[in-house]
Amino acid sequence: MEYHVNLPLSSEIAKKLQVNDVLYITGKIFTARDSAHMKMRGMKPKDLPFDPSAMGLYHCGPLMKKENGRWIAVSAGPTTSSRMEEFEDILLDRFGFHLIIGKGGMGERTGKALKKTGSVYTAFPGGAGVLAAEKITDVSQVYWLEELGMPEAVWILEVKELGPLVVAMDSFGRSLYKH
Amino acid sequence: MDRKHLEEGILQLIRKAETEIPPDVITALKQAYSVETGAAKIQLEAMLANVEMAQKKRCPMCQDTGILTFFVTIGTDFRAPGILKQTIEQAVVRATREIPLRPNTVDPMTSTNHGDNLGSYLPHILWDFEPGDLVHITMLPKGSGSENMSALGMLSPSVGIEGVKQFVVDVVKKAGGRPCPPIVVGVGIGGSADLAMNLGKRALLRPVGTYHIEPSIALLEEELLGIINKTGIGPMGLGGKITALDAHVEVAHRHPASLPVGVVIQCWADRRASMVVHNDGSWEVK
Repeated sequence: MEYHVNLPLSSEIAKKLQVNDVLYITGKIFTARDSAHMKMRGMKPKDLPFDPSAMGLYHCGPLMKKENGRWIAVSAGPTTSSRMEEFEDILLDRFGFHLIIGKGGMGERTGKALKKTGSVYTAFPGGAGVLAAEKITDVSQVYWLEELGMPEAVWILEVKELGPLVVAMDSFGRSLYKH
Repeated sequence: MDRKHLEEGILQLIRKAETEIPPDVITALKQAYSVETGAAKIQLEAMLANVEMAQKKRCPMCQDTGILTFFVTIGTDFRAPGILKQTIEQAVVRATREIPLRPNTVDPMTSTNHGDNLGSYLPHILWDFEPGDLVHITMLPKGSGSENMSALGMLSPSVGIEGVKQFVVDVVKKAGGRPCPPIVVGVGIGGSADLAMNLGKRALLRPVGTYHIEPSIALLEEELLGIINKTGIGPMGLGGKITALDAHVEVAHRHPASLPVGVVIQCWADRRASMVVHNDGSWEVK
C-alpha cells in the first residue's frame, strides 16, 4: 500500500504499517548520526533543544551550503543505519518518535524496540541525495554544528512528500533484511 | 606551466566524478531495473531519477562525496611533475567550497573536522609512471557506506580459488544492504596485504560489463557475479535478483605461503572520472 502521511507519525498509524508499504511524508524530521546518538543517549527529553516526538528521525549526514545567510540542502540521502544499532532502542523508548528513515536496515535490538514502542523503520534509496534534497523545503534549525561538524550535527528539516520510503521493519517484528 | 589552468581542470574532474556516473554504470542500473519488481524496482527507479537530477543540477548525487583517491600516471617526459600534488590539493579545497563537497576528513585522534577535505595523507594520491609526456589522472570518490564493508583475508593457500570465492561471497553477505547495493565488487588476489587491497580498489576503475583480459580470471569474475546475485540481498538489501552490477578481479603473484584477498566494495553510485594533461598544460576531462 502507498500512504501519504503528515508528521509526526503517531503510534496508532505506525502500528498499521506493514513491510513493503511505501510512504511519502510531509512535516519535520531531524537528522542524527553516530555522534548525535551518543550525545542523546546521555540526555533527557527536557534537556534537548528540540522535540523528537514532533518529528521523524533521519539517519543522514547532509551536504549543506549557506546562501545569503540561509542553509540549503544540496544532497541529503540516508547514511548506513546499522551504526546506530547500539543506541536506537534507548532513543525510541525515551524520546517518543515513531518513524526512522535510513538505509541498509537495523538489528534485533531495534526490531524489538519498534515492536515495543509501535514504530517503523523505513528505507530511502541510498545515494539518492539530490532526490531527497529536492523534497526539503526548509532547513529550520541546526544544533551542535560547531561541536560535531556538518555531517554529524542535528539538522531540523521541513520536508514535503519525501519518499519513496519503503517500510522495511514494521511493528510486528518483520524485517525485509532477513534473507 | 599555468597552475591556475591546471587547477581549473582538476576542479572540473572532481565535479564530473561527483555529479555524473559513467555510462557503463547507468546501462547496468537500467538493466537491473528491467528485471526487478516491487521494493527492489522502486529503489532502482529512484536511483536512476537521482542520477538524472544530479547531472542536470550539477549537484553531488550522494551527500557522501567520499574520500577522494587520485590515480596519477605521469609520463616520464612530462615537464612539470613537481606541481601536481599541490595543484590537486588546491583543487580539492576549491571543490569543497564551490561544488560543494561535504567536509569528510577528520583528525583520527580528536575527530576535529577542518572543513576543507585535506588532512594527513588525504586526498589519497597513488603515483605511477609510464613512457611519454602525458599525465593521466583518474579520480575515484568513495563513500564510507561501501568502504566500511571492504575486507582483507589472509587465506591459507590450501583453500585455493574455491576458498577465495567463498571469502568474497562471505564479505558480500555480511555487508548485506549496508553498502548500497547493487554493488560493484573489486577483488585483488595475491601480492601482500596492502597490494591485495590496492588491486581490489584498482579493479573498480575498469568499466562495468568488461572482463579481465586473461580468460581464467574472466571466468572467475563471471562465477563470482553469479554467486553474489544468488544471495538475494538485492537493491538496498530489500531483497531481489541484482545484488551486484559486476565483479572485477586483479591479480598479483603471491608468496608460496600467502594468499591475500582484498575485497573492495563500491556502492551503486560507482563514481569516477578521468583527465589527460598535455605537456603544454592543456587538458581534457573525459
